[in-house]
Amino acid sequence: MRKLLLALAASTAALAFAASPSLAQDKTKACWIYVGPIGDFGYSYQHHQGLLDVEKHFGDKVETAYLESVPEGADTERALERFARSGCDIIFATSFGFMDPVQKVAAKFPDIKFEHATGFKRDHPNVSTYNSRFHEGRYVQGVIAAKMSKTGVAGYIASFPIPEVVMGINAFMLGAQSVNPDFKVKIVWANTWFDAGKEADAAKALLDQGVDIITQHTDSTAPLQVAAERGIKGFGQASDMIKFAPETQLTSIVDDWGPYYIERVQEVMDGTWKQSDVWGGMKAGHVKMAPYMNMPDDVKALAEATEKKIKDEGFNPFTGPVYKQDGTLWLEEGKVAPDGEVLGMNFYVKGVDGELPK
Amino acid sequence: MMRLQLVKRPQHSAFFSAVSPLIALALTMIAGAIMFSVLGKNPLDALYYYFIDPLRETWSLHELAIKAAPLILIAVGLSVCFLSNNWNIGAEGQFIAGAIAGGILPVVFPDFQNVLVLPLMLIMGMIGGAAYASVPAFLKARFNTNEILTSLMLVYVAQLFLDWLVRGPWRDPGGMNFPETRDFHAFAILPELMPSAGRANWGIVFALLAAVILWFVLRKTLKGFEIRVLGQSPRAGRFAGFSASHMVMVSFLISGALAGLAGISEVSGAIGQLQPAISPGYGFTAIIVAFLGRLNPLGIVAAGFVLALSYLGGEAAQISIGLSDKAARAFQGMLLFFVLGCDTLIHYRIRLVGLSVAKTGETGAETNA
Repeated sequence: MRKLLLALAASTAALAFAASPSLAQDKTKACWIYVGPIGDFGYSYQHHQGLLDVEKHFGDKVETAYLESVPEGADTERALERFARSGCDIIFATSFGFMDPVQKVAAKFPDIKFEHATGFKRDHPNVSTYNSRFHEGRYVQGVIAAKMSKTGVAGYIASFPIPEVVMGINAFMLGAQSVNPDFKVKIVWANTWFDAGKEADAAKALLDQGVDIITQHTDSTAPLQVAAERGIKGFGQASDMIKFAPETQLTSIVDDWGPYYIERVQEVMDGTWKQSDVWGGMKAGHVKMAPYMNMPDDVKALAEATEKKIKDEGFNPFTGPVYKQDGTLWLEEGKVAPDGEVLGMNFYVKGVDGELPK
Repeated sequence: MMRLQLVKRPQHSAFFSAVSPLIALALTMIAGAIMFSVLGKNPLDALYYYFIDPLRETWSLHELAIKAAPLILIAVGLSVCFLSNNWNIGAEGQFIAGAIAGGILPVVFPDFQNVLVLPLMLIMGMIGGAAYASVPAFLKARFNTNEILTSLMLVYVAQLFLDWLVRGPWRDPGGMNFPETRDFHAFAILPELMPSAGRANWGIVFALLAAVILWFVLRKTLKGFEIRVLGQSPRAGRFAGFSASHMVMVSFLISGALAGLAGISEVSGAIGQLQPAISPGYGFTAIIVAFLGRLNPLGIVAAGFVLALSYLGGEAAQISIGLSDKAARAFQGMLLFFVLGCDTLIHYRIRLVGLSVAKTGETGAETNA
């Protein structure tokens, strides 16, 4: 086999030089690694839309590359190192599990900028973190769910019990309780970010328990499609999934990473990039809501008003009084939760059904 | 109605046995080139990035070693199982059990820091993997349960147990509730072989050592003979005084220990902490590696590198020419298909059977599948 490889090497030697990455100095190279496939129409898909926005915005001035379905673990470090060595000027690592590999590779390549989504470690000056306040959108969804539900119970398909997901559940709950104080949420942990089969099973299990509206913090369109089959309503995730469930989707949180990516790539071009920790929400345009559909006008009006309150009036979903699940007071009347506490959230608020996996 | 039959050849050609991997590689390249052309990519470019680019630079060779090490280590252990007709499908679980057992020291006793930590971790990792493998082995030896099912099911138990540990009791106290343990301290890290050149660690050395030792044991010792005899003919083995149930334990303990060693080497070498997912399916891929290497430890070394190369090559092709992840996987599948297909055709020939002669064919003692 080695001989054949050598033969092949020889026959493609000329090609090797022709095909090796051209080191065009005037172009800025921006690279992305995704945890899922870009065809998930959810989380990774939206990051990829951000990449496309960057291409559209900068045209010839930028070169892009990406790797999809990169496993979290030893493979991550290799993917990052490959990018670092292939001439990327800035690398966006878009999943929480990429956090430690980012620190390790960033230490080796101090001239390359690393951007890690949803993490908290910035061990080196060339590492920034960024995230979006998706829970703002979940608060709006909670308001809609409480208005639309007849049983007063929503089903929630959750991925992993990390703060990001827990804060989403709580924000949804608080939104719902602002309409109906007795509203309940049932949760199924799918233990995956993207697995259409598991997500569909979770949706069916929830529907069998009498929920009449479902929402999800997993990335496939399967739960919405199950909801459509059973004739109930649901919410999309990460992107506008209306075309998969035209009669079913009420709205969807749309992650719009484009503005952030364009800004950061621009800074690399200008030489003004600095380490930062950005947590933008509706106000910054990083979180958007898909058009409100399949609901009566009064619900739509309330949803729009809630969105406006968060976007324009700076309303924080975690504003007291808020009680923890066990009934103890977490936030006093009028007090707003500090970001630090929200980012490390590992408890449910009152009204959530079940126990947080620990 | 016509059907195809595989008929065992009375003797297989030594020449074709030797060149079969080369034929398979050539067929893969042809089929791959067709697929790449259809996808609108230059096939030469694609093949170049797939097979040559990852071998061009030192750091990439190190990455190849990192990827190949756990595959080889697990697969040589599995070869003992498979040769003795014990079907350990649960190496993935034993890998995780080893990682957990070895991880006890740096995670639960982070203040215990000295040069003993790493050797102890490796030993505990092997014990952990072996202990986990002993469960299906005991069940088979004692109750004659189906080890394929029990070992496979225990994989999910191990995965969920690790998941629970890193979200619960072993969660990093300074980690903002994220599901991962504290970082291993410096004494608990498996050192890199040549830190200035790349990040390959001692895992690859363990893998190569294990392959050479097991090759020697299987070829040159009575134990190796016992393993093969019991695998090929349990009855003959019994006449020779070999105990089949003893062999169940031995083969599972060996492969469990090696899978455990692979697990602890991976977390202490390549990852540096425990997290919910520590393996992209090494324990299952190693089954393919074991058969690709024809259950010969030295063949497995080659097979491990080939499979590792196909992962790295897929990545290189994705970045460089925008070949999709799925196409890269399909190409990897072609490679395995042709290798196993060529092997099969060396040992069997295809016979086309018409309906009228089917009956005589079915009575043929040599008929297989």
